[in-house]
Amino acid sequence: MPQLLLELFSEEIPARMQKRAEEDLARLFGERLKAAGLEAKGLRTFSSPRRLGLAIDDLPAKAADVSEEKKGPRVGAPEQAVQGFLKSAGLSSIDQAQIVEDKKGAFYVARIGRAGRATAAIVQEIAPEIVRAFPWPKSMRSGASDLTWVRPLHNVLCLFDGAPVKIEIDGVGVKPETWGHRFHAPGPIKPKDFADYAARLRGANVLIDREERKAIILEQARALCAAKGLELVEDVGLLEEVAGLVEWPVVLLGEMDPAFLDLPGEVIRLSMRTHQKYFAVRDPKAQKLAPHFIVVANVEAKDGGKAIAAGNARVLSARLNDARFFWDADRKTPLYTEARREKLKQIVFHQKLGSVWGKVERVKALARELAPVVWAQHGPPAFPPAGAFATESAFVAAVERAAELCKMDLVTETVGEFPELQGQVGRQLYLLELNAEPPRGEGEQVAQAIEDHYRPLGPNDRVPSDPVAVALALADKLDTLVGFWAIDEKPTGSSDPYALRRAALGVVRMLVGAGIRLPLSESAFRAVRAFVNVVMTTTTTHETVEGPHGPGTATITVSRTAFEAEELVRDLLAFLADRLKVQLRDQGKRHDLVDAVFAPNPVTKEVDDDLVRIVARVEALDAFLKTEDGANLLAGYKRAANILAAEEKKGKGLAAADIAAGLDAKLLAEPAEKALYEALEKALPAARAAVEKEDFAAAMKALSGLRSPVDAFFDKVLVNAPEEEIRRNRLLLLSRFREALSAVADFSKIEG
Amino acid sequence: MSDKPPRCFQDVILTLQAYWAGQGCAILQPYDEQVGAGTLHPATTLRALGPKPWRAAYVQPSRRPKDGRYGENPNRLQHYYQFQVILKPNPPDLQQLYLNSLVRIGIDPLLHDIRFVEDDWENPTVGAWGLGWEVWCDGMEVSQYTYFQQVGGLDVRPVSGELTYGLERLAMYVFGVDRVFDLPFNDPDSPCPLTYGDVFLENERQQSRFNFELSDPDMNLRWFNDAEATAKRLLEAGAVLPAFDYTLKASHLFNLLDARGVVSPTERQSFIARVRDLAKGCAGAWAESQQ
Repeated sequence: MPQLLLELFSEEIPARMQKRAEEDLARLFGERLKAAGLEAKGLRTFSSPRRLGLAIDDLPAKAADVSEEKKGPRVGAPEQAVQGFLKSAGLSSIDQAQIVEDKKGAFYVARIGRAGRATAAIVQEIAPEIVRAFPWPKSMRSGASDLTWVRPLHNVLCLFDGAPVKIEIDGVGVKPETWGHRFHAPGPIKPKDFADYAARLRGANVLIDREERKAIILEQARALCAAKGLELVEDVGLLEEVAGLVEWPVVLLGEMDPAFLDLPGEVIRLSMRTHQKYFAVRDPKAQKLAPHFIVVANVEAKDGGKAIAAGNARVLSARLNDARFFWDADRKTPLYTEARREKLKQIVFHQKLGSVWGKVERVKALARELAPVVWAQHGPPAFPPAGAFATESAFVAAVERAAELCKMDLVTETVGEFPELQGQVGRQLYLLELNAEPPRGEGEQVAQAIEDHYRPLGPNDRVPSDPVAVALALADKLDTLVGFWAIDEKPTGSSDPYALRRAALGVVRMLVGAGIRLPLSESAFRAVRAFVNVVMTTTTTHETVEGPHGPGTATITVSRTAFEAEELVRDLLAFLADRLKVQLRDQGKRHDLVDAVFAPNPVTKEVDDDLVRIVARVEALDAFLKTEDGANLLAGYKRAANILAAEEKKGKGLAAADIAAGLDAKLLAEPAEKALYEALEKALPAARAAVEKEDFAAAMKALSGLRSPVDAFFDKVLVNAPEEEIRRNRLLLLSRFREALSAVADFSKIEG
Repeated sequence: MSDKPPRCFQDVILTLQAYWAGQGCAILQPYDEQVGAGTLHPATTLRALGPKPWRAAYVQPSRRPKDGRYGENPNRLQHYYQFQVILKPNPPDLQQLYLNSLVRIGIDPLLHDIRFVEDDWENPTVGAWGLGWEVWCDGMEVSQYTYFQQVGGLDVRPVSGELTYGLERLAMYVFGVDRVFDLPFNDPDSPCPLTYGDVFLENERQQSRFNFELSDPDMNLRWFNDAEATAKRLLEAGAVLPAFDYTLKASHLFNLLDARGVVSPTERQSFIARVRDLAKGCAGAWAESQQ
């Protein structure tokens, strides 16, 4: 079948937009062709800095013929109706219509056949429409033309079945031509078809396939490094970008002055990556950056690339000189200076939440309270011991120190120039300071905490592992969450400008990962109190009311937005719980089990706010339900719950007074109901005691003892006994069984 | 001289002037107000507006008080030159015309790596933006290339192509000089060979002192308010060009205040908004006069 080739030839398309543009082009063309009755087989797209295009291997020469039946008036209908029908069906005489009989009589029917349109005509119509409305992230006009495109669009090459299709777009050329590499082969090329197009462009120093360009860059870069005993620091995002900056990749290894290697590695890598789009190179033996870089040029230079490599090296030197200027200025003083503190007071964290220094003071106060909880943690071995600290008070002091220091680097020159390095610069500066001033042990943990308290920076980033960093990161994130909750800037489905989901997920991952038993509601209230004590007293009015969690927590006025602290904490906990739910589901935990554990206890209505315990419960429940006892017990639960619900529906359910009165053991007659009663009397306290000790496996085991009495009860006992007293008593027995299971989870949420 | 590759800083300027004169540009002289960028010359900011065709090229000294480094940084200056070209409407082959100008100053595109890297230009103080690129030569940004889309908050029709060459940087690259003050300013074989430092080093030292230590913020604030009031009064009187001069004065006074670090982030936004309002007023009035 015939082939379609389309190339939109323009000035340089931003690298970051090319891939998405290919996807949009494929989608829009696919949709429009389908709507026109054409099936596109073998559709592929391509892009480079100067071209965006698509080829379809298999496209019918014309759309399928369409035949349509149009029902008209009854035979013998008034002339007016017949004339109207002829007009709407496009017939000149009623003889052209057929007469069809059905149950109601004879009707005129017009059979209208429309020949399918030629594909070329369809492409000619849809291509300009797609181009005019193309969804570029940003587009522009050029010259006097009204067309908007990402950059000036110069020519549209369109071939269908080898023949040019004239795509009319104002101000844009329609030559059946393309042009090769801007400098190597600028002359025109007249391709016959897609294969010819790709081959002749390759001959003209243009590779249209971005995957091929990426592969070449990676392969050449690795080879150049390997030849010097070095290795490439691979970077997927940078590779994608660089492949969008060249049509003919030529990879060169440049050298830089080794003297720059005393700058922090992050500064060097960032200078290379963001400003210059270079790949860094590592010396595998020395385990550090090598004084080299990889640059990808777009030209095979006459001198083999010597001038290009040398020029790029000079530019990098100038950049690193700048960076060194900032770094040297920063390292003249210790990390903490009064001047920096004063500057932090000038930086607004959020208009309604005070300055960055205000945040530091709150975080410090909160960290002081959270640190003992972290210190007390001697849980899973994944969490290292509290390091160099001999006593809890030494540990708490280190956490406070880290809190004071953690935002200082925001006002350094280096972070001013490279904002991505926040935290890392602080750590480096503090380490330098320690070098001058031994001993180091505790200090290194503080330094690490300065860097790590921002972590995790995304779902794939590691969470802080050192206890100082954990305490600080928890305090920082809880402060942020409570603050934005207080001013009602919560994330919505589509927008989360303050990355609050990430902060909440960070809290969840830290607590669960390290097994830290932090009662979250209490901690959140502490964070609220920190706002009251540190910021609100000085910047806004507040009211202190005695609340269930101590003073200072009931009603707070933040910038005239009143909120209930209770409400806030409840809402925030639900948000944190949602993050944990998502995480557990992502780990493949059954969502219904997660829901069963998260649900408020059906009897006590209490909600668990200890994430570590929640996870343990989900795991125990999961294991239990996989056993035969567990599965049968669940079936028994469902049966009991159904009966209770059915009776309720009939208006014959248990009244509150019945439940309060409890069941009457004397009314138990059948052996099977007596046995169930006795089993419950044994299992319920045992399960509760095990839950109390947080031994959820033991709790499940205690419940599993109920399995055979329950099975026997349903086998042998008729719940709906004729005597009302006995019926009610049996319902009470089932209700008690349901309650027993509630001690570990809300079984009603479990499917199966 | 135009056939030989340039040998000194001023050759670069003369070569570019001759080249763009050959493309039909009016070669103008620097505007006699202190400005932060060549774009602010009325030959660009105002002439980009309205339907009338326009082609001009000129050198513009640019002052950025905050960038002063007392002459101690090899790359940063608080006073430097930009070469500015504007063609309205942009001809379809503007990219090629631009590349030819690089060849004229001695950059061979088959020896060097010339790249157009996305960079959307924006000047919030005059409410202007456009799409285009930074042009890189071997990783060095040598020009800014922009298709203006809005000026003073108004859509421009037709669109102008605007080229800004960073002259010092370009010359440092072409002559392989690492410190701006070492650039040969005039012909190195002249009986009186001068470097860029001979001409400007002392100026950088003294002006940096002024920008960071000696300027009078209270006075500059008063002058800013006066310049703003005057620009508004002139606009009301229908005197757009003088009003634009006072807008430029206000903009520079703000930059001086900013260099002294006396402008808080919140105030900063408000100063920028005030200058933008003046610029918008001028742009609107000018565009109307051009219809």
